[in-house]
Amino acid sequence: MASLVGFVVVISLLVSRTPGWPAVQETFFNGEEFVATFPGLLEAFWLNVRIFLVAEPLILVLGLLVALARNLRAPVFLPIRVLATAYVDVFRGIPTILVIFLLGFGVPALRLQGVPNEAVFWGTMALVLSYGAYVAEVFRAGIDSVHPSQRMAARSLGLSAFQTDRHVVLPQAVRNVVPPLMNDFISLQKDTALVAVLGPIEVLRQAQIDASFNFNYTPYVGAALIFISLTIPMTRLADWLQARTARRRRAGSMA
Amino acid sequence: MTAEAGPSSASTAMLEVARVWKSFDGLSVLRGLDLQVSRHEAVVLIGASGSGKSTLLRCINGLESVDAGSITLDGDLEVTDLDADLDRLRRRVGIVFQSYNLFPHMSVIDNVMLAPRKVLGVPREQARRQAAALLARFGLADKADEFPDRLSGGQSQRAAIVRALAMEPELMLFDEITSALDPLLVSEVLDAVRDLRAGGLTIVMATHEMQFARDVADRVCFLHEGVVLEQGPPEALFTAPRQQQTADFLARARRA
Repeated sequence: MASLVGFVVVISLLVSRTPGWPAVQETFFNGEEFVATFPGLLEAFWLNVRIFLVAEPLILVLGLLVALARNLRAPVFLPIRVLATAYVDVFRGIPTILVIFLLGFGVPALRLQGVPNEAVFWGTMALVLSYGAYVAEVFRAGIDSVHPSQRMAARSLGLSAFQTDRHVVLPQAVRNVVPPLMNDFISLQKDTALVAVLGPIEVLRQAQIDASFNFNYTPYVGAALIFISLTIPMTRLADWLQARTARRRRAGSMA
Repeated sequence: MTAEAGPSSASTAMLEVARVWKSFDGLSVLRGLDLQVSRHEAVVLIGASGSGKSTLLRCINGLESVDAGSITLDGDLEVTDLDADLDRLRRRVGIVFQSYNLFPHMSVIDNVMLAPRKVLGVPREQARRQAAALLARFGLADKADEFPDRLSGGQSQRAAIVRALAMEPELMLFDEITSALDPLLVSEVLDAVRDLRAGGLTIVMATHEMQFARDVADRVCFLHEGVVLEQGPPEALFTAPRQQQTADFLARARRA
C-alpha cells in the first residue's frame, strides 16, 4: 500500500513539473468548468443508461437463440444453422462503430413505413446486433463446456431433447459463462457512447458540445469519471463471480 | 454364435437382443450378439474391457443406435425401429453409469424429481414425497437438500440409482457402477443393488465385481469380442467354465 501511494505521488510530481502542465490543468482539469458542466453530463448519461438497459436484455435473448441455432444438429435445421453462422461471422467482423453508421444512416434512408426513424433506436439496434454475435459465441462455448455425459444422463431418464437443454444443459452453460458475459456488459456500457456519432445527445455528445462551447476539455474528463464510476464496480463484481465459479468447479471435480 | 441358449424362451423374454451388430469408426464392438432376459431376472455381464458390455447396455437404452439386428422390449417395443419413441422406452428402462452423472446444479432431491415431474407430469408435492421416500430407503434422507458436490462417491452413486428408480422402470441397467468408487465404498452401492434384486426388479448389470456377480446373479454372461461366448448360472460358470477364453478371463480376474 505504501509503495502504491509513493508511486502515485512520484508520478503526480513528475507530471506537474512538465512544462505544459499549467495549460493542461487549465484545459482538462478546470474546477469551475467541471462544476458548470457535470450536472448536464449526468443528465445526458441517463440516455446511455437507457440504451444499455434496452440493449442488454435483447442481446442476451438474441445471443442465446443464435447459440442454440448454431448447435442444432439435425439436417432439417441446416438453413437455420447456416443463417446463424453467417450472422455471427458478419457482425463479429465489422467494427461496432461501422455497424452503427450503416444502420443509423442507412435504414432511415429507406423511408420504411411503420419503423422508427430515430437515431437512438437504430444506434441501439446496431449495438444489439454487434454484441449479439459476441454473446452468441460466449453462450455456445458455455453449452459446449457441459460434458456430453450430462446430456446422456438426462436423455436416459426419458427427458426430450428440448427438456434436456432447458433443465440440464442451459442452466449449467449459463452459470459457466457469467464471468465472460459480465465482461461484455462492461464493454457495452462504454460502447453506448458510440451512438454519439449519429447525433443523439448522450454523455459523450454533451461533453463535445460543452467542450466546443468554451474550448475547454474538462467535460471529457467528467464524462470519463461517470463511465468509470459505473464500470469499476461492475468489474469488481465480475472478478468476484469469476473467483466463485472457479471455486465451485474445483469443489465439483473433487467429488 | 452363442455357446448356449438362455434359460428363457423368446415368448417369455422381457428383453430380446437378437443378432445385434455395432461398430465405432470401423471397429466392430458388438458382432451379432444375442441375449434374452426374463422378467425378474438378474443378469450379470462380465468380460474384459472392450468386450462390448457398456455398448450393449447403451444400445438397450437407445443411447446408441445399432447397425444391424434388433432389440425388443416386452415383445412390443422395438428399440431398434427407427421410428421408435425412445423417450417412451427410456421411461421403462433405467440406466446408471459408472460416473454417476448427477446434475451438479440441482440438489439431490431435485435430481430425483426432475424426470418424474417433467416426463411423467407428476405434481411437485407428490414427486417430492416419492423422492424423499426413495432417498430414505437408500440411506440418503439427510442428503436430500445437499448438492452433488457434497456427496461421497458411494452416496453419489446411490443418488444416481434413486434418480433412475424414481421413473419406476421395469428394467434397470447398471454399467460398471462401482468402477469409479473407492474400494471402501463399493459395498454400500452393491447392497443397494442387492436390495433391488430382492424386490424383484429385472436387472442387467455389467461389472468387474466377480464375487458380487456370483452372489446376486441368476445368470452370468461372459462377453468376448462382441458376443455372449458363454452363459449360465453363476456357480456353474465360475467353477466349471466350458470355454477356454472364459477360464482365462476368470483366472486373470482372480489375480487382479
